Amino acid sequence: MNILVALRMVPDIVEELEVAPDGRGLDLEFARMVLSESDDHALEQALILKERHGGKVTVLALDAPELDDVLFTALAKGADRAIKITGAGEGVMTREAAHILARVISNEPGLLPADLILSGTQAFDDLDGLIAPLLADELGLPFLGIVTNLDPDLSAGKARTVKEYPGGVRGEFEVALPAVFGIQAAEKPPRYVPVAKVRAVMKSQKIESGPAPAMEEVGLSMIQVLEMTKPEVSGHAVMLEGSFQQVSRELCGILVERGLL
Amino acid sequence: MAAEFWVVVEHWRNRVAEITYEALALGREVADQLGVPLRAVLLGHNVKQMAQSLGKADNLLYVDHPLLSEVVAETNADALAQLVKERKPCGVIVPLTNVSLGVGTLLAARLRLPVVNFCKDLKVVDGKVHAKSVLYGGKMESIVTADAEPAIFGLWPGARKAESGRVDQSPPVEELAVTLREPPIRLERYIEPEAGDVDISQREVLVAVGRGIQGRENLELAETLAKDLSGAVCGSRPVIDQGWMPLSRQVGKSGMTVKPKLYLALGISGAPEHTEGMKDSALIVAVNTDPGAPIFNIAHYGIVADVLEVLPALHEAIESKKGVGSHAA
Amino acid sequence: MGDAAVSIGTAPSEITLENIVRHPEGRQILTCIQCGLCAGTCPYGEVMAYPPRRIIGMLRAGMLEKVFTSDSLLACVACYSCMAKCPRNIQLTEVLLPLVKEQVFLRLSQLPTELHKALENTLRYGNPMAESPRKRAAWVKTAGVPIRILAEDPRPVDVLWFVECQNSYHPRGQDISRATARIFCALGVDFAILGNEEKCAGECARLLGETGLFDTLMDYNMAVFSKYQFKRIVTSGAHAYDAFKYQYPDGFRYGVEHTTPFLSKYVDSLKPRLTRKLGYSVTYHDSCCLGRHNGFYEEPRLLLRTIPGVKLLEMPHNRINALCCGGGGGGMWLDTYYKAKGYERLSERRVKEAVKTGADVIATSCPYEISRFEDALKVLGFDKKMAVKDVTELLSEAMEG
Repeated sequence: MNILVALRMVPDIVEELEVAPDGRGLDLEFARMVLSESDDHALEQALILKERHGGKVTVLALDAPELDDVLFTALAKGADRAIKITGAGEGVMTREAAHILARVISNEPGLLPADLILSGTQAFDDLDGLIAPLLADELGLPFLGIVTNLDPDLSAGKARTVKEYPGGVRGEFEVALPAVFGIQAAEKPPRYVPVAKVRAVMKSQKIESGPAPAMEEVGLSMIQVLEMTKPEVSGHAVMLEGSFQQVSRELCGILVERGLL
Repeated sequence: MAAEFWVVVEHWRNRVAEITYEALALGREVADQLGVPLRAVLLGHNVKQMAQSLGKADNLLYVDHPLLSEVVAETNADALAQLVKERKPCGVIVPLTNVSLGVGTLLAARLRLPVVNFCKDLKVVDGKVHAKSVLYGGKMESIVTADAEPAIFGLWPGARKAESGRVDQSPPVEELAVTLREPPIRLERYIEPEAGDVDISQREVLVAVGRGIQGRENLELAETLAKDLSGAVCGSRPVIDQGWMPLSRQVGKSGMTVKPKLYLALGISGAPEHTEGMKDSALIVAVNTDPGAPIFNIAHYGIVADVLEVLPALHEAIESKKGVGSHAA
Repeated sequence: MGDAAVSIGTAPSEITLENIVRHPEGRQILTCIQCGLCAGTCPYGEVMAYPPRRIIGMLRAGMLEKVFTSDSLLACVACYSCMAKCPRNIQLTEVLLPLVKEQVFLRLSQLPTELHKALENTLRYGNPMAESPRKRAAWVKTAGVPIRILAEDPRPVDVLWFVECQNSYHPRGQDISRATARIFCALGVDFAILGNEEKCAGECARLLGETGLFDTLMDYNMAVFSKYQFKRIVTSGAHAYDAFKYQYPDGFRYGVEHTTPFLSKYVDSLKPRLTRKLGYSVTYHDSCCLGRHNGFYEEPRLLLRTIPGVKLLEMPHNRINALCCGGGGGGMWLDTYYKAKGYERLSERRVKEAVKTGADVIATSCPYEISRFEDALKVLGFDKKMAVKDVTELLSEAMEG
């Protein structure tokens, strides 16, 4: 089974995020990068499937600060190959990233034909598009997102998958392989790998590194960020006062306003 | 013939989704500001009658096809692509929900159009649509414009009140046909959630109980409220320790980390060990008898009261609100 | 001061009885007389599949894989009871158990979630709570006394005060830090802190078997220490104290002290400043690291007796026999796991004993204890009867003005 996993680094929101001086993006000076949460699940699902069915897992990502740690950790967890794509520049948006990944996947020996291409279902900075459907479109493959269960049957050329719907409802799908899946959650939470193992892998294994292909078209994202701001936050709750009936009605009104009722 | 502004109707399991009405309310404003008609686009199979509540739009495009009976992102995107190519709207709102995820992106990819995701608001400035998008789990907001038309706006729930987007009158309906191939993806069946089988980290609404609920016998009040809000009940550690709820419902340092759209903290003091697991919830409402409870420092709204007294009143208020006609999605 | 993080390699094929025994500490297991004192005194001895005695027996019988694939050792809270009682002085808690646990750790297919998060957070943010390193010194603004941060003022200083994670980020820990700072200033101690440059000392990770994480933190801390000039380290962290004193490399040229014994040497200067009469009866909980491991039993008691109006009551299990709060060796992040297995929470066990003394306050000296005992008091319904305060908090409370 040949599984590819596309990883993406996103700003770590544990750190206080600040707006850049130009007011249009993040101040990257103190921002730290972390693996997008659902990408971690995509990797875990790939590793579980490899353990179950045998095969190979390759992780790919565009270069970003702290990416090397993530790639070595992936190798220590059991991935077979880690490919870092350099030179795309900082602040590459999802549309362009997907295009670069698709080109590398298509041209790099040993990646295609793949049975499964996985990524997280959504990253919280996927402003100009979602990676999984973009990859699917570029590679001409079927796509299914918000997947929590993935059960491939290579001999039959298809996979039984489960997608999440609102209210705890799930849908069971049959998808022809090869296909691209946006993983919401792996079967089990992402595994822990002892630091000693990662350190050992840093000495014994290599991350493959190659430049992003020259872009034959520019401006793939086709959007402009005019301004970025922090939302207004107060340090304390707005207290609702009055009789039980009054506060209940007021609260109901708030819930309706927020589309929760 | 002037361009139109479009809203793609989301429906699921024979019901028009709340977000559709929200999108129509928003779409109406945008269309009016642009000086163009608002068109609803309804894809499905044997769902023409849904037009009856879509009167907020000036007209409706209806596409009936067996392959559109359930949303499959690429099929719906292909149908929309054909429509967009032919009719050339000036903008399209596509809901960004579990049901419709991927439709907007695939539509944009197929036609090389811009897509702006995570929109919580749209407004028109100098004849151009400005989107306000939420990024980084709510930590930042951006104002975004698109370089080409039509742009696809991926809309998040809550942009407008659904009731202001619902008009119980059918707009003029135009039926169109599209050519669709059978996708290599098929929905086989739906799996309903079992009683105890709930993953609270995936739920949009959580009703959390702490020591303030006082006894296992009072949990029913929380369950009722959870049902009212299509949510699930969860708890802080002491409640789980008492055995009133299974471990899978525990929120906090020793339990799950959740980020629902609504977290109702009932009788929870807000110790760091708990708040660690829910502080990133989009809307936090706390009820506690102690005005100094730390939960009020991270909640958006607070009520100083006994949980056992507020819950029945809240349930009643919700019931009467629901009587005024909005469905749960 | 032994080798830092004694490790016998990570590849399963490298572990044999021969190479365990080749290490001086490993060889000690040959002297075990299988008396069972360790298992008998272990707070979770009755729930462990393989308590320390059996582990040694199995290692000697060559049953290594059986030991390494059991999760029995996750119930070890590194309380030093076994090591303190062992008639052969086998360095159980300090060396042998971490050595074995390192192997267990490598083979665990899945870690309990809370522990997993704590370890990942420690590696990434330098603290187990997923708090930003840039907020580690945020409490300083509320200290009420001037506190020098070396990054801002790198002049040489006498004492580097290593504040520790809980005491930097947790609200109750910050209370302790403010109290400590106030006392240091009153005593004229020349001190400074690392502020946001400080990261976890990693001792609990090491005790759990995550030696890679410990090594990474140690490398980092050594690099930060080498930037500044100071004579000694005084830390509020009982586990941090152990890390610096016993694990950091032989080239570690600084004296290390824990705040409680450090302050006990200032009793004569403190006494005239402790003017507020407290009127509490206090029972002192001997923390495992300070007490059993390092023998600092009388120093905290001396400080408490110096406070006017404080009446000292002893719990039946005191000093070398004290009952662990359950937070060490990873236990701090395994409460849910233990509960799921039906183990009694050790903090609750201890609190029951404390309440029986009739004291108003449990006095503590290790940062984990405050939140663990406050929690236990609430769960058991004793939180109106009894409060938990750190020794430094009591001292500060008695210091007027």
